[in-house]
Amino acid sequence: MTEKIETVVNGIAASPGIAMGNAMVLSSRDMLVPLRRLEPAQLDDEIDRLMRAIDLSKSQLRETRQMVAKDMGESYARIFDAHVMILEDKRSLDQVLARIREGYNAEFAFNAVFSKHEKTLWEKGDVYIKDRAGDIRDVRKRVLSNLSGTRREAEELSNLDSDVIVIADDLSPADTARMRSERVLAFATDVGGRTSHTAIMARSLEIPATVGLKSVVSQVEDGDFVIVDGNRGRVVVTPSKDTLARYTLEVERYARVTKGLLRFKDLPAVTIDDRSIMLSANIESHEEVDSVIEHGAEGIGLYRTEFIYIGREGLPGEDEQHRIYKAVATRVAPHPVIIRTMDLGGDKFLSPFESPKEMNPYLGWRGIRFGLARKDIMKTQLRAILRASASGNVKIMYPMISGLDEVISANEILKETKEELGREGQAFDDACEIGIMVETPAAVMIAEELAEHVDFFSIGSNDLIQYALAADRGNEKVAYLYEPLHPAVLRFIKRTIDVGKKSGIWVGLCGEMASDVICAFVLLGLGIDELSVSPYVVPAIKEMVRSVYFKDAEAIAEQAVKGTDPARTKRMVTQSMGKKAPDMPL
Amino acid sequence: MITNLLGMHLRAAAELVKTASRFESEIRLSRDDIVVDAKSIMALLGLEGAQGVEVTVSADGKDEEDALRAVIGLIEAKFNEDE
Repeated sequence: MTEKIETVVNGIAASPGIAMGNAMVLSSRDMLVPLRRLEPAQLDDEIDRLMRAIDLSKSQLRETRQMVAKDMGESYARIFDAHVMILEDKRSLDQVLARIREGYNAEFAFNAVFSKHEKTLWEKGDVYIKDRAGDIRDVRKRVLSNLSGTRREAEELSNLDSDVIVIADDLSPADTARMRSERVLAFATDVGGRTSHTAIMARSLEIPATVGLKSVVSQVEDGDFVIVDGNRGRVVVTPSKDTLARYTLEVERYARVTKGLLRFKDLPAVTIDDRSIMLSANIESHEEVDSVIEHGAEGIGLYRTEFIYIGREGLPGEDEQHRIYKAVATRVAPHPVIIRTMDLGGDKFLSPFESPKEMNPYLGWRGIRFGLARKDIMKTQLRAILRASASGNVKIMYPMISGLDEVISANEILKETKEELGREGQAFDDACEIGIMVETPAAVMIAEELAEHVDFFSIGSNDLIQYALAADRGNEKVAYLYEPLHPAVLRFIKRTIDVGKKSGIWVGLCGEMASDVICAFVLLGLGIDELSVSPYVVPAIKEMVRSVYFKDAEAIAEQAVKGTDPARTKRMVTQSMGKKAPDMPL
Repeated sequence: MITNLLGMHLRAAAELVKTASRFESEIRLSRDDIVVDAKSIMALLGLEGAQGVEVTVSADGKDEEDALRAVIGLIEAKFNEDE
């Protein structure tokens, strides 16, 4: 259905930068279709399950249709009417139902009938007809993935032999992890928001990305030339000569601006009136350490270790982990590295096989809850981290704390681990600082008690915001509610910082919020001691800090906390930062 | 009944199904020795109705005459496509 004319698809800017190249469309092409034999008593339920998946597919298609009608016009939208019609084709559906009644599961029955149609059309050889086979395939895959709820493995990403731009309906963090390849120039996905983990990973890998495009997969074919504009949140498919020329110029200009910010690389993050904060970087892989140093961060404020666990077979052993942590600690010394114990769960699972089917994974078995339940996995990691603490400035941080008991139990495991290492004569830093992520409203409210058991707090703003505002950050329909400058969020943050000061422990913030110069200015004013951001953002935040007065930030933060309208707060902060705020490419 | 098709692409097939489904009669399209149900989009897609191909439309039922007129009318109107 792709006409080779320029098509612009708008979405959400997830990771800055611009890249152009040939598209690789990832879809469920390698989806395995399970075969199960069913008892007669199960057949009615199985038919219901199929009908639900078909209804869901139809409503998704209708939604796309509305969108396409608005953006591209009625004649394109009619394609989706036809796709719905394919799912209403009585003869085919009857054939599927007949297969189910023979005792086959819905996936198998549906796939058998629809693949046969596809194959028949494909074999006719005519270009027209082949395209129709593609239409049936799109519909078939949609139903299959709705039936199984599983996502296809993006195995292809790990062994590419040419540069590509990945276009996908959705990429899990595990998929993105496989993009750790110089071959992937950029990616664009139909779903996702700015702070989904996939977007965060793209930023940390410094790959331009646009997400929340809704229908990019259906508009791009393998090999199409595409531009991913991660600054504006846009994808241009088969661009015209003019567009291409304009973007080529822009790529050059963007590189110059980014480079210009690096002039503060070796200077501290200190305001004109001498308030200094620690400016560190978040990483998800030891491979990013060079980028941390190149961008002038003072250490690592958040090392997300879960990516050591996902996208592999089996668990990582103690020695393997130790080698990794030690390499990171040594490389950033004398600056600190805060190693967060694995935060599995949420949207990051060990493997598809171990992922519990949870209705609401963000409120489920994750973070420290997982760690305390799987003491074996937790202990192996603590041993590896502690051993690495002998080689640098290592701090340990527990994720997802919602109660005092969790901190006490985790500290007991840590104590046991230290005793074991001591008995074995292994070297470690006994004074290694312990901290927690403050990312649940519960932790904010019991911060006084928690502070007695730790050396620092690090506010995990991504989760804190979504828990405070009850808005899923990965759901583009409610993403507008996800507002860092919401007064409830600012008051939670202020409370955490105030408690930290009273208790004599330092307080940092390691979420995406700190990457926004406006929010970072407010956080500075609230008295934050440390900000940890993606490496590439460090220069921009440093430039902001170095060009403002702390007393101005304090006054503005006080007003922002009282504000009731996030949009107005944002305008107020922006105006008061005035011309001092550098012209950021963000 | 013979007429020319302007390529049976997806949207055209969808229009044809929509029109045919308004009638009770069985409506069939045939080309050479292939005969397909005009109310089934999957069947129509398999008809290889590329531009210029000749097909025969037949209808059988209470409203067969109206059905035939409507389907042929749609084909002659080039499926209400813009191009």
